[in-house]
Parts: sequence; structure tokens; C-alpha cells
Amino acid sequence: MAVYSPAAAGADARRVVLSTTGRSRERTPASVVFVALLWLSLLVGFATLVALLLDTFVDGFARLDGRLFTEFPSSRAPEAGARPAILGSLWVVGTTAVLAIPLGVAGAIYLEEFSDRRRWLNRVVEINISNLSAVPAIIYGMLALGVLALLGVGQKNIVIGGALALAMLILPVILISTREALRAVPRELRDGSLAIGATPLQTTWRITLPAALPGVATGTILGLSRALGEAAPLLLLGGLVFLSFDPNGLLSQFTTMPIQIFDWTSRPQAEFHELAAAASILLMGIVVLMNGAAIYIRNRYQKRW
Amino acid sequence: MSSSIARTAGRVTGRPSGGASSAPAGARILRSSTRRGESAALAALRLAALLSVAITVGIVVSLLIPALDFFREVPLGEFLTGTRWTPRFADASYGVLPLVTATAWATLIALAVAVPFGIGAAIYLSEYAPTRVRTTLKPILELLAGVPTVVFGYFALLWVTPLLRDTLGITLKPFNLLSAGLVMGAMIIPTVASISEDAMSAVPGELRQGSAALGANRMQTSLRVVVPAAFSGIVAAIVLGISRAVGETMIVTIAGGQQAQMVRSPGQGGATMTAFIANAALGDSRVGSLEYNTLYAVGLLLFALTLVVNLVAIQLVRRFRQEY
Repeated sequence: MAVYSPAAAGADARRVVLSTTGRSRERTPASVVFVALLWLSLLVGFATLVALLLDTFVDGFARLDGRLFTEFPSSRAPEAGARPAILGSLWVVGTTAVLAIPLGVAGAIYLEEFSDRRRWLNRVVEINISNLSAVPAIIYGMLALGVLALLGVGQKNIVIGGALALAMLILPVILISTREALRAVPRELRDGSLAIGATPLQTTWRITLPAALPGVATGTILGLSRALGEAAPLLLLGGLVFLSFDPNGLLSQFTTMPIQIFDWTSRPQAEFHELAAAASILLMGIVVLMNGAAIYIRNRYQKRW
Repeated sequence: MSSSIARTAGRVTGRPSGGASSAPAGARILRSSTRRGESAALAALRLAALLSVAITVGIVVSLLIPALDFFREVPLGEFLTGTRWTPRFADASYGVLPLVTATAWATLIALAVAVPFGIGAAIYLSEYAPTRVRTTLKPILELLAGVPTVVFGYFALLWVTPLLRDTLGITLKPFNLLSAGLVMGAMIIPTVASISEDAMSAVPGELRQGSAALGANRMQTSLRVVVPAAFSGIVAAIVLGISRAVGETMIVTIAGGQQAQMVRSPGQGGATMTAFIANAALGDSRVGSLEYNTLYAVGLLLFALTLVVNLVAIQLVRRFRQEY
């Protein structure tokens, strides 16, 4: 079994002792069953992923054609496409990025570089961010509705409203990952900069932040890929609409790909399920690309200090 | 995402290079040397940090105001203990228990999948897998957590339900909480696995070596030394899994059914709290009407439930961070 190979043992120093304790003890029926159960546990996750990918590909591959990109939704499945939903997703996620990235990075810089952790307010902020990252997504839709009402905006189904909900949703993700990236920058870099006369803010802007950039990019991309796949908060903002035009501005009506998939899945006819599967393949393709890019940036550019 | 909760929980402030103060270096130096305009920039950064508090306050206020209107018309006791949820009927009844039972069933089923398999995967990754296997498997497993939830909903409704009903012969409604819960469980496996694995990796190698020196094999070491030592972290992982299951919306909305009823078996369909909110949002209810406020009463309950669960998890994570 691969588990007991010398390479496996050598790969991790803390396990060396265990692997030299002799094979016989590791071969008792109980341990063999135990290892098999562990394999099974991993397998459940992977099997689900494979089944899900196969299912959507089998159902939707035939419908993943040009019409999906160029046509508007229609009550006749063969003529329907996801054009406004694709454009809507671009608008909403693009606006989300513009709102969430500067605010998240700025907040993280303050908390990591300038805040005094002994003050109660900053401790409240810490716990608050941890909690926010686990608040159900749909609640952010209700919050965005409240904010729009407060601003006196009558129309709730507008790009900026959706972006507001998603930006608040992914703000904790960006905050937390940016803080981790800043934390990984060694103190000596900051000290060196301060020693030659830079102010703390100059140090942060010219030394610390550039050094942390790969980590910031990774966290940001992961946050945006979450925003791209999220549907629940946008349902509350009336995202499930029948659009026969391209969304073209911050105040434009919108629908997004996940909501279009939800709509098509909820219909009884199998033709619409094909469309839902085709759009799912497209959506997952983008999400996988974004996740892949995030992992690549992390592995390629992140310095080990 | 959820593993990041684990990471925020406190760090050793080792930055100040001298003196008894534990304030960050920047904060101290700042007082003596500030360029013009820098205090304004700093204030802006501070404002961005405080925005997260404003979001929480905003959530509470925007849920509370309509919910209070609701509770002016429907007594809190009736809301929390009533077993009929019929806000749209002529003889409207506002007992939230049907929604709560549906949420509870979906969550229990999801945990029945995610807890054993998530912890099993974590034990394998932390105690058995060679480094290279671990660095390959983890991103693939995390991909599962990155699948958009609508796609999981599609999968639950159009693949898992037919599989359970036609191939395995289980009696099921077309919309049922069993499929929704099972798929939700698979979705949560990476969350549980990743936080549990963090906790197990934080257990010092000396404990494993001591155990091996006493003659324990790898299984005995994992089960009797590592898992107990990482226990608070594993519980935190489960608690965060609960929070995700309770708050998950699209899977249960698509595959779990829309009828609000007291759920007695998982083969039944039933609207969860989140599914009710999502479906009610699709309808056109006038702002300020009782029907509209109902949404916020349920939303407030959902927020309160997940808040309690999250705070428990944050405390547990903090504890395992401090242990080693």
C-alpha cells in the first residue's frame, strides 16, 4: 500500500518514527479496515464531484453552442439563450470587484498594520469579521434591500444593488485573505524601510503591500468566484426577471447566470433542463478557471520568506 | 472561505521589536513622524476597517425593523411554537415550526454525510497522506466547495432524486429533503475536512512519537491521540458545517420542496427557512405589508440561529489555536 512506502515516510519528518514501527502492527485487520474507511471518506467527496460533472456534461453538452451566448431567454427552449444573464454576471461581478477590493484591502491594512489589538473596538472588529464570513448569503440580499430603501432607490433590480449585496458578502473573504498575506511579510522588510526614514504609511504602500500582492490576488479571485456563483441574495433583489435587452449600466435591470440556471432548472420541461446544464458547464468552467488562476498565482508568485 | 474563520482567531503579536508595549510598530512610530495628509489616509483606512461593523449593524437594523412590525401583529410565542405556516391563506397562521423542522431535517442529513466523511478525509490527509498526495488532493477537494450552489441544486433534483427513487427504490416525493440534504452534506465535506485537518496538523509531532514509542500503530495514534488532541478544532469544524447547512439556500429551494409542513420523514418535501425566504422573495409582496414583514421575521430567526452557532465555533477555534 502506498501509505507505507518509504517515500511517504521520508516526505514528512514528523512521521518518520511512525513508519519505522514495523509493518506487522500496521497490518492488523482493524487498521486495514480503518485505512479503507479513510479512503472511502475521500472517495465520497471525489465521487460526488465526478458524478456532478458527468451529469451536467451529459445533459448539457449538446446545448452548449453559440445560441447560448447570443440568444435572449425565451419560453421556447430551442430558441432560448443566456446572453443577458452572461452580460449581467459580468456587470454585477465587475461592479462587485470595484466596490469590494479597495475596501477589503484598505480594511485589512488598517487591522494588520495600524490597529492596536488591545483596544476593545479592534477586538470587536476581529470577532465581527469571523462571524460575518459565516452569515448566510441570503441575509446579504435582505441587507442590500434595506440599504437601497434607505437610499430611496425605488427600483430594487439594478446592477448596483446586486453588486452591493455581493460586495458585502465577499468583503470578509478579501479582508481575511489580505490580512494573512500581509502577516506573512517578514518584519525585517518593514523595519528596513522605517529605518531609512519612510513613514509607516509609505512603508505599507511601497514595501509591505507589494510584497503581499500575490496573496491578495489569490484571496480576491476566490472571493469573486464565490460572487459569480452566488444566487440567493440576488433572488431577493428581483434578479429573476425576463430580460429582452442587454444590461448596459449600473442602474440597468439585470439577471445573472446562476439565477438563469435556477429558472431553467425549476421548469418542468426537459429541454430547459438541458439549457440549465449547458449554462452550468459554462459557469463551472469560469469558476474552475478562476480557482485555477488563484492556485497558480499562489504557487508561482508567493515568496517563502 | 470557512476555514478562514479558523485563521482569524488570534495571532501572536510578535512584531514590536522592543519595550513592553504590544502595540504594532506602526502605531507607535506614527505619533512621532507623520507626513501631511497621512492622518487623513489613515482615517480612511480605519473607516474601511470599521465598515465590517457597519455591515453587521446594518444587517441587524434592516432585519429588525420589519420584524418588529411583524411581531406587533403576530405574538412572538405564536410565531415560535405554532405548527401551521400559512401566511398566504385567508385564515393566515404564522407558526414557524414547519420551516424549522424542514431546516433541521436537511441539516441533520447533511451532517450525517459531512461529519464522518469530512473527518475521515481529514485524518487521511493529516495522518496518512504523503505531502505530495496531500497537496494534490486538497485543491481537488476544495473544488467541490467551489461548485456554485445552483448547480448542486440541479444535481440534487435531477440526478440524486431519480437515482434514489428509481435505482434504489426508496419512496420519495419529487421534491424531498433527503436528496437536498445528501447533496448539501457532500458540499460541506471540504469545509469540515479542511478545518479538522488544520486542527490535526496543529497537534505537535511529539505526541505522535510518544504514542508510537508506547507501541501504538498509526490507527491507534490517530484515534486515541491526534483526534482527542484536536477535538475542539474538530467540533468547530462541525459547528461551522451546521452554520453552512442552516444558511444554505439554493439547494433546498430547488430540490427540497416549497410546501411548508411539519416534516416527519426525510422522504417528504418541505420548505426550509431559507427556501421560504427565497420563494417569498420571488412573489410580489408590497413593502410594509404583513406578508413582506414575514420574510424578515424568518430572516431574523435565521440570522440569530447562525449567529449563535458561529460564535460557538469562533470560541472553539480560538481555543485550539491557543492549545499548541
